[in-house]
Amino acid sequence: MLQVSIYRYNPDTDSEPYMQDLEVDTGGKDLMVLDVLELIKAQDSSVAYRRSCREGVCGSDGVNMNGKNGLACISPLSTTVKNNKLIVRPLPGLPVVRDLVVDMTLFYAQYEKIQPYLQNDTPAPAIERLQTPAEREKLDGLYECILCACCSTSCPSFWWNPDRFIGPAGLLQAYRFLADSRDTATEDRLANLDDPFSVFRCHGIQNCVAVCPKGLNPTRAIGHIRNMLLQRAT
Amino acid sequence: MVTAVTNFGRSGLYDWLVQRVSGVVLLAYFIFIGAVVVANPDMSYQEWRTTFEPTWVRVFSVAALLSLAAHAWIGLWCTLTDYVTPRMMGAKANLLRGVLTCVCAVALFTYVVWGISIIWGS
Repeated sequence: MLQVSIYRYNPDTDSEPYMQDLEVDTGGKDLMVLDVLELIKAQDSSVAYRRSCREGVCGSDGVNMNGKNGLACISPLSTTVKNNKLIVRPLPGLPVVRDLVVDMTLFYAQYEKIQPYLQNDTPAPAIERLQTPAEREKLDGLYECILCACCSTSCPSFWWNPDRFIGPAGLLQAYRFLADSRDTATEDRLANLDDPFSVFRCHGIQNCVAVCPKGLNPTRAIGHIRNMLLQRAT
Repeated sequence: MVTAVTNFGRSGLYDWLVQRVSGVVLLAYFIFIGAVVVANPDMSYQEWRTTFEPTWVRVFSVAALLSLAAHAWIGLWCTLTDYVTPRMMGAKANLLRGVLTCVCAVALFTYVVWGISIIWGS
């Protein structure tokens, strides 16, 4: 039997959050953490969490498992559980709506700030804006982000200043558009990032890199943005 | 754009660059001082004073002192704006951070003036 400790908080009935201890019969299988949450929900239907695709594509079920953020649906017990104990908490740093469900308003507000869409003020061609294979390759490692928020909510700078620091997820996407050969708003994008908080609150501790379930590297993207800001200013 | 009136250069990029350049100056200075100490294990106070007599050592020392002050100011400003904020501590945080920022400024200014006086004094 797997020992599970799960964060519970229902603002309608609980005065404060608490950890609920449960035992879950995994049948000796190397289940994913999401499967365990489903088994718990079968026992107690009041447990709340987000989930959708259950295969690491939608980014809904980002949670903190044994101290590390990740997607419950692609985190096997064999690599997550220590000493037969699984501790599941909501993503840190964001307000809890209920149990494992967090309010991601601040996260999305930062994403919105970087204007995550292609901007091009030249006349549209008849069919499409073309890129060379080399230009397209620059977007690899950037476009794959699924906005699960595992990275930003593992970043202390985002915990302390979620309203002013864009955070690793937003900055990865900021660079995705700065690096896009079809985008012509580079100057405006850089001008919007050139302040003491938006980019420069990153101190390079790389928690974001350690937790990204898609294996992306926001710290490297932030370094590229810094270099672009430096070149723009010199 | 997010503004911050108390930060060093009013620009994240400027602060970041100052932090890196001052870090390199400090590294070079500590390597120099470390080498002096390691090369002269039985150094007397008079020999230690003599080390600082050449003008270039005094210039280097003042550069290191100014680098330390700038580096510390940027670091402390970051720390204070991380932890002493209304988000973390409630409404009184801005006043408290203002007071702490002033304490840091006065302390760093004092250390710089005092340090220059020691380095260039007789």
